[in-house]
Amino acid sequence: MKLIVAIVKPFKVDDVKAELLALGAHGMTVSEVQGFGRQRGHTEVYRGNEYVIDFVPKARMEVLVDDADVERMVDKILEVAKTGQIGDGKIWIIPVDGVYRIRTGEAGSDAL
Amino acid sequence: MPELDTGDTAWVLVSSALVLFMTPGLALFYGGMVRSKNMLAMLMQNFFAMGIVTVLWVLFGYSLVFGDAGNAGVIGNFDFAGMKDIGPDTLSGTIPTLVFVAFQLTFAVITPALITGAIADRMRWVAWVGFITLWSVLVYLPVAHWVFAGGWLADRGALDFAGGTVVHVNAGAAALALVLLLGKRRGWPKEPMPPHNLPFTLLGTGILWFGWFGFNAGSALAANGVAAQAFLNTFVAAAAGMIGWLIVERLKTGHATTLGGASGAVAGLVAITPCAGFVGGLAPVAIGLLTGAICFLAISLKFRFGYDDSLDVVAVHLVGGIFGSIVLGLFADASINPAGQDGLFFGGGWSLFGEQAIAVGAVLVFSFVVSGIIGLVLKVVLPKGIRASEEEEATGLDLTQHAEAAYSLDRA
Repeated sequence: MKLIVAIVKPFKVDDVKAELLALGAHGMTVSEVQGFGRQRGHTEVYRGNEYVIDFVPKARMEVLVDDADVERMVDKILEVAKTGQIGDGKIWIIPVDGVYRIRTGEAGSDAL
Repeated sequence: MPELDTGDTAWVLVSSALVLFMTPGLALFYGGMVRSKNMLAMLMQNFFAMGIVTVLWVLFGYSLVFGDAGNAGVIGNFDFAGMKDIGPDTLSGTIPTLVFVAFQLTFAVITPALITGAIADRMRWVAWVGFITLWSVLVYLPVAHWVFAGGWLADRGALDFAGGTVVHVNAGAAALALVLLLGKRRGWPKEPMPPHNLPFTLLGTGILWFGWFGFNAGSALAANGVAAQAFLNTFVAAAAGMIGWLIVERLKTGHATTLGGASGAVAGLVAITPCAGFVGGLAPVAIGLLTGAICFLAISLKFRFGYDDSLDVVAVHLVGGIFGSIVLGLFADASINPAGQDGLFFGGGWSLFGEQAIAVGAVLVFSFVVSGIIGLVLKVVLPKGIRASEEEEATGLDLTQHAEAAYSLDRA
């Protein structure tokens, strides 16, 4: 089992969600986060003074998937979340030792 | 003997409520501009003005402004302390004195509240309580007496329809004195301290604009043509102020910002305050446009001279108040209001202009010096001084001064 973590532009969240559900994802967790990569920050102007804001708002999407699903899910995110502009985000994959559903106590793939 | 006029009374009653509403509006205007960790502290400093100043006002504040001590217009006396001899049948002109007391009180409330924008993010709560109490008594009451109660400045011939000197120059000079004493926020100006909620700032601007109709048109103390003139002038100057600011901002930075639009409208309102019932025609357009542009340019003063006026009280209220008070000497038109005079453009020569300059200078120097002395005394007397510690400032004033968080996410 793997945890796919995708940092994407906030306006892409709905599209990514819809496509992942169509591919069979069972659920996901989305958080509003701030950060920067190569894009670095942006400039804001208040009363004529420019401020460089390092952290840019992004959405962090986390999806637990079976190993067999990892590749097509990641390919789908790469396709849907891409605008071609700098700041599209990143995806990384984390191995998961165990997953449990709290309500029933089910474990492993059954808990997804 | 004038008799009670129900129309006048109704309008000033409504105006008093309108002006009181400006203080929470100001709290939101400022609150949106601070960082989220200092939101409640900003709201509280403003709301507290409605508490402390109101009690001081009925105890002796009103009396020290409007009592007649016969001392050449320097300060009132205690004749009306504790609302003595003022009841439902007592009249001031054509309205009950009780209404006049309430209307004037709302000005005494918002004036020190204006200062909070300059000292944002770093003044200790206890120090603010001490400052607003002493300042209201030692600075606001005398200055209001000089101008609003036929004191020495009014007697010389200076005009101030609704408080360009008493409210804006007065608060702006105090703000400058206090930020010089407090020092810069840690990290300013290198570290960005962007507004945390500009929608609040725009909502606050709307409330201020709305309440300002009571502030200026209510200052006619009657429901009449002068009130109507002041009402429209207020409306137009705010609009022109917004446009003036946005034009210069767009030319200089490439963007027209919401904060700029809001700030320009407030600047226009500040400048029209002394002029509201004394000018007519297109004067409010000229005054608004120029003030919007000048106040925008005045923001750069704090960077040039290195004083940290957090939310630009000096640039908007001091500079806007000085500008509005002085140009009244140009635009005043006695045909609009027989209680006024003619300025330079209406054949009155330079005399009114000179008196306006004297009034501005007197209020500016008095407020700056006495505010500085009050701040210094508090700095020495209070065990922890007037400024938040490094840790308190970093954590935020909401948690450290009030043990509350404005937003649940800030509890982390």
